[in-house]
Amino acid sequence: MAVLAPPAIQRSGPPGRSGSARRRRSWTGWAFVGPFMAVFAFVFLAPIAYAIYLSFFRTKLIGGTSFVGLENFQNVFTDSQFWSSFGRVALFLCVQVPIMLFLSLLVALAIDSGRLYGKSFFRVTIFMPYAVPAVVATLMWGFMYGPQFGLVGNINDAFGWSLPNPLGPDWLLASIGNIVTWEFVGYNMLIFYSALQVIPRTLYEAAELDGAGQLRVIRSIKLPSIRGALLIATIFSIIGTFQLFNEPAILKSLAPNVITTYYTPNMYAYSLSFAGQQFNYSAAVAIVMALLTAIVAYAVQLRGLRKERQS
Amino acid sequence: MTARARKRSPLLTVLTAIMLLYSLVPLVWLFINSTKSQASLFDSFGLWFSGDFSLFTNIRDTLTYDDGVFVRWLLNTLLYVVLGAGGATALATLGGYALAKFDFFGKRAVFAVVIGAVAVPTTALAVPTFLMFSKLGLTNTPWAVIIPSLISPFGLYLMWTFAAEAIPGELIEAARVDGAGELRTFLKVCVPLLAPGIVTVSLFTMVATWNNYFLPLIMLKDPDWYPLTLGLNSWNDQAATSGGQAVFNLVITGSLLTILPLLAAFLFLQRYWQSGLAAGGVKD
Repeated sequence: MAVLAPPAIQRSGPPGRSGSARRRRSWTGWAFVGPFMAVFAFVFLAPIAYAIYLSFFRTKLIGGTSFVGLENFQNVFTDSQFWSSFGRVALFLCVQVPIMLFLSLLVALAIDSGRLYGKSFFRVTIFMPYAVPAVVATLMWGFMYGPQFGLVGNINDAFGWSLPNPLGPDWLLASIGNIVTWEFVGYNMLIFYSALQVIPRTLYEAAELDGAGQLRVIRSIKLPSIRGALLIATIFSIIGTFQLFNEPAILKSLAPNVITTYYTPNMYAYSLSFAGQQFNYSAAVAIVMALLTAIVAYAVQLRGLRKERQS
Repeated sequence: MTARARKRSPLLTVLTAIMLLYSLVPLVWLFINSTKSQASLFDSFGLWFSGDFSLFTNIRDTLTYDDGVFVRWLLNTLLYVVLGAGGATALATLGGYALAKFDFFGKRAVFAVVIGAVAVPTTALAVPTFLMFSKLGLTNTPWAVIIPSLISPFGLYLMWTFAAEAIPGELIEAARVDGAGELRTFLKVCVPLLAPGIVTVSLFTMVATWNNYFLPLIMLKDPDWYPLTLGLNSWNDQAATSGGQAVFNLVITGSLLTILPLLAAFLFLQRYWQSGLAAGGVKD
């Protein structure tokens, strides 16, 4: 789950293990990995190739399909709807992801500290929302946000307050951020917790002998040790944020005037395809989005690795 | 835990409990509101019981509404989970074992391609996959949901790290010396050792399949093939369509019924997935 580096790809067995003879390179492994790769080629590689192919063409009602080179991509780059959707998920990324990961880290450190009553109860319960489908989570929170029989309405009635409407234009993105945080805070907590668990306990004993306090141990031992897990969680969150679709798409019925068809890049690609039948342009939007995701994820990874080398 | 036993801290417990409440409140809200009739949903406080206890009436109505379509959606979901998540777990286990324990031509390429593909947003693939599948005549059939669910790069990765740890190389060598074939060695010797990893991967693929929304949304037109997630959303949208009947009490009760099996699976299989995850811990 939270892994810094995959097991080394070696030509022989792991070093330091007696009795494991040098394995010959052979085709036997393919018998085991073959089925995965065959299906993988069909549902991953073929669609990627097809998307690239589609993005170079245009289909007109009159005149059929023609090759247009990079024209679709040029249109994406000057498409204000696309950039407004991209700006929205970029803002989401800068606000929601740090808050979520910070909370996950705090809880993981608290559980790992061994100073809580009912440690496993905390761990399992905070992880539970991960098992709730995005549809159910969104419907649930959507009802709670709602003015009809929602908690916000209840609170307003009870105290005579007028809390801002979570489904109004100013607060909707924050409301979506809250749903996503609720869904994934426990999942990321578990990634961090698993990483904290494998830190050799002898390090703590040494630190204690040196008279290091709790905070010092967190700063000097725990955080550097789980840097890999932090990096992986950040990259997963970036990819997830750029793909944001389910929550806004489901909230659309509650806030039809706020959530446009181009609220997120993915909703935009979806509505281009399935409402507008513009498959070629939609493929170009999807490819541009995939490239932007890869660039951002890669940049984060490079920064993370550089810090790794410095420490 | 260090050498000296730690003092428990009430303050830290209370602070972490705030997070716990945040995680639990919506689920409590869901349960409480599953016990209300459509009428008392609108005129009672959301976090407390009110009116008649209608949970069982609601469950009965959810299961029978619209000729029992909810039960059909539940069976569809089970079909997608058993075939999709089951297949994904099997493929990931075989593949992870091969990556951990064999040297074969193109191993690096396999690794690079799979890791690279993880970074491609699944939704970016959705449109071309849909077009491909419609050319093959697969859309609007269960296969359109099951086949893409068979690939779990994360599951492959988890099995790989797990198999590298759990299976000593000597054991495979010994089985080979005894003249067992590769497949027999795998099934008889390795699968039992991989059990915790297999449970962990099946739980995660199960959650992914059970909660899948985007893929069935684009692949399925016919409500008869909907999984629960799509079905619940179509009930929710009913209220917004003109002439549609608002069935919020059924949406809420249906949501509760949808998440119970998964929560139960996670709670009952806790011991396994926790140890399965621990094996994939960070190794410096």
